[in-house]
Amino acid sequence: MKNGWETIIGLEIHAQLSTESKIFCGCSTRFGDEPNSNTCPVCLGLPGALPVLNRRAVELGARAALALGLHINERSVFARKNYFYPDLPKGYQISQYDQPFSERGELEIMTAERDEAGHARVWKPKVVQITRLHLEEDAGKNVHEGLPDVDRYSYVDLNRAGTPLAEIVTEPDFRSSWEAYDYVNHVRRALQWVGASEADMEKGNLRCEANVSVRKIGDTNFGTKVELKNLNSVRFMQHAIEYEIERQINALESGGRVVQETRLWDERAGETRIMRSKEEAHDYRYFPEPDLPPLVVTRDFIEGVRATMPELPEARRRRFMDQYALSYSDASQLTSERSLADYYERAAEAARNARAAANWIRTDLLRELEASGTPVEKCPIPPEEIGALIRLIEEGKISGKQGKDVLSEMFRTGKPAAKIVEEQGMVQVSDAGAIDPIIDEIISANPKQVEQFRAGKESLFGFFVGQVMKASQGKANPKVVNERLKEKLKV
Amino acid sequence: MDFSEYSIETLRSRLSNGEARARFVVESSLDSAEKLNETLNAFLQIDRAGALARADEIDSSKNLRNAPLAGVPVAIKDNICVRGLQASCGSRILGPYHPPYSATAIERLQKAGAVIIGKTNCDEFAMGSSNENSAFGAVKNPWDTARVPGGSSGGSAAAVAAGIVPAALGSETGGSVRQPASLCGIVGFKPTYGRISRYGLVAFASSLDQIGIFGRKVSDIASVLGIVAGRDTHDATTADVPVPDYVGELAGDIKGARIGFPRELFGEGLDDEVRAAVLKTIEAYRELGAEIVEVELPHAKYCIAVYYIIATAEASSNLARYDGVRYGFRAEEAKDLKHMYRATRDEGFGAEVKRRIMLGTYVLSSGYYDAYYRKAQQVRTLIKHDFLRAFETCDAVLTPTTPTTAFLIGEKTDDPLAMYLNDIYTCTANLAGIPGINVPCALSSEGLPIGFQLLGAHWSEPTLFRLADAYERAHPFEARPRVHVASASE
Repeated sequence: MKNGWETIIGLEIHAQLSTESKIFCGCSTRFGDEPNSNTCPVCLGLPGALPVLNRRAVELGARAALALGLHINERSVFARKNYFYPDLPKGYQISQYDQPFSERGELEIMTAERDEAGHARVWKPKVVQITRLHLEEDAGKNVHEGLPDVDRYSYVDLNRAGTPLAEIVTEPDFRSSWEAYDYVNHVRRALQWVGASEADMEKGNLRCEANVSVRKIGDTNFGTKVELKNLNSVRFMQHAIEYEIERQINALESGGRVVQETRLWDERAGETRIMRSKEEAHDYRYFPEPDLPPLVVTRDFIEGVRATMPELPEARRRRFMDQYALSYSDASQLTSERSLADYYERAAEAARNARAAANWIRTDLLRELEASGTPVEKCPIPPEEIGALIRLIEEGKISGKQGKDVLSEMFRTGKPAAKIVEEQGMVQVSDAGAIDPIIDEIISANPKQVEQFRAGKESLFGFFVGQVMKASQGKANPKVVNERLKEKLKV
Repeated sequence: MDFSEYSIETLRSRLSNGEARARFVVESSLDSAEKLNETLNAFLQIDRAGALARADEIDSSKNLRNAPLAGVPVAIKDNICVRGLQASCGSRILGPYHPPYSATAIERLQKAGAVIIGKTNCDEFAMGSSNENSAFGAVKNPWDTARVPGGSSGGSAAAVAAGIVPAALGSETGGSVRQPASLCGIVGFKPTYGRISRYGLVAFASSLDQIGIFGRKVSDIASVLGIVAGRDTHDATTADVPVPDYVGELAGDIKGARIGFPRELFGEGLDDEVRAAVLKTIEAYRELGAEIVEVELPHAKYCIAVYYIIATAEASSNLARYDGVRYGFRAEEAKDLKHMYRATRDEGFGAEVKRRIMLGTYVLSSGYYDAYYRKAQQVRTLIKHDFLRAFETCDAVLTPTTPTTAFLIGEKTDDPLAMYLNDIYTCTANLAGIPGINVPCALSSEGLPIGFQLLGAHWSEPTLFRLADAYERAHPFEARPRVHVASASE
């Protein structure tokens, strides 16, 4: 960023809560069904229909709030947000306003500035103040493409109307696009982790908006903020914020000013464009929703939800570092998803070597999963078998190199490690009587190298080890090969 | 045989002992409706085919025949959804709208065997006190067809008053059942908020709206309420309060009952004849053994102001859905979305509805919310507390229902404020969420009915009915309007 300027960013995230049915009626929340098939008088906004709150949405909202360190209000009030739009069947959205479901959250995230290539420099903790998390319903979708007469008509699909959302609003606490980026990723993972939301930006069940302003370092007043929309991935959001910071600073440095407005990010063009000005902003005329009594949740309910919460990712990362002596980056990677962390712990226990389990999972197993596009939950190798494989290596039954082949075979066939080792006769040869003849053969086949080695070129030792291992088809125990080679090359 | 004087109870006993068949009762009700509608304009839709088919079904099924309201013809205000029938709400904007579902109250009525003969005319979206705001023409008062029947449930009131049906459903937001009942000389009842499900009642002002019941007798109201009342999982504002046997609790004397008399409500603005008639009912209660206690309702005088802020605010939001996008009327040849919205709502809504949407939009606007809406809610709480305090010393408060008898059609249409004052005695009950009932008590010198109302504490319907029924038995209101089934068949 340009010298002398400071960036102020606040974020709003809309996360779809993973309920089976909508927040105020019994219609399915399934994605991709025939347009307007998951609708009823309530979510169509038919005259006389009334909303009834889905308890499951409240439970998931509570999980989300607890995962983000928010305080849940025992009494909150739904409010109507009034505006006209064809995808909004009632002419108002049922949301929450001055008495939200939860507020005052303090969330510690890890964040890092990035180098030119986008690689993190130093990870450091940052505390983000979350203003509120409230419950609301989603709108439907206007369709302008792919249907007859789209030049003259637009279409409305209300399958999504009434889908439960948690809106999560932060204070203007971020000072760079990367902080915002790390925060959104943290929230995504936390919501997935506790089962509150799939939080998949590509599917549209996590959406975010950023309020961006800049000011001279040392200024105490905020600059004029611009709201950014159409941020369809965390990466796009980071790009958009970066672009917007630059645009605002350029405007101010060239004697212009920043206008309060809403701008849309165009990823292809790599720029933000004005959507509406402050003058065109809606007066939403919020007032308490008279069709719904205040939402009252008891302490018992909140504690009940808390009791069923899994260990949260940050806590688990710290425990992995303490309990398994893992590095920060190993522990972070293994706690990036709850299913992966669960997998790791089971494998580590079976292996009786937590660090080895971490290494095998992080390098070999994750490579297989990524290459085949398999999620951890569908991994064909049970975690206990990763443990079994590690034990085979540690007991000297097979070499580490053989282990890699075995793992690939396990992934392909789902067979247990021991069975593959047995089937392929992959037993490690540690008997000097069996290894010596191979060494003798290599020595006599490479007289020149032997001469050089004996003349002092010790770097050639690795060459001999490699040759012997190769000749034994990887079955020779490297430790024994080392000892015998030293012995035999000594003259 | 003329059923127009029968109470539901009598009608039910004639039907169940085989003296009458549902088809015959329903058919004569339909005949009267069709015939009198030319004069009264009380019905917007008469469902002859559907009603007769249902009557035949009842006649041919022993199970159905024993249902509590089997064969009883009823009329339904056109802002309550009945699957298969229209729901215009007296508005052009709903066009030919036919709801795909029935209101909970309707499902309960139908399950109990009641036969819906048609949908009744009303002020557009229940906004009005004279029925002149219907897009389909004013309803005429059966006592004098030059006069209004009151509103907004004027069609239902006229249908009951004229003897077409023994009972009808209306809806109340500020007095839309009790006021027309008073002007038409019948019993009209508004329950405690949350007593009858609002699911399927087209919303005007959600925190005030309740379905109400018209009948000729208090016992008819009790019979219908017992069927439609109770918790509904489709309406989160219904209460889980047991539904008592309202009919069973009617009889019995009222000695020792305490009637609250709010002197300040009998002052300025009240027609002398109405005042005299209502004061006489207080004497009547004293004679029946009730004790009269003076009560104070110091904030009641603010009720019109409070009511027209809260009701219009909620209405401005509730009526936003009529935008031409999904159902009902859509203005032709709109150039773009905004134009379509504007033209649809401009052509679709009547003047009074537009006035209230604008008022409501204004009071919720940024910068005005605290001064109007929030303050109105605070005063609403004070009004409610007035009543709660009053009910510590009395079982029911007795007041006039309306300041005057039925006025002439066109008399107040140019003066909305004068029109709004019609709700001055009724809208307090909606603001406080308490039940109220109008009981006819006299005829004016012009031969127009006068009613009084009893207001009770939340969930005190049994007490209210017992008090109203005791008066009714001691002072039966036997006069009949000029336009009536009985006189028409003569």
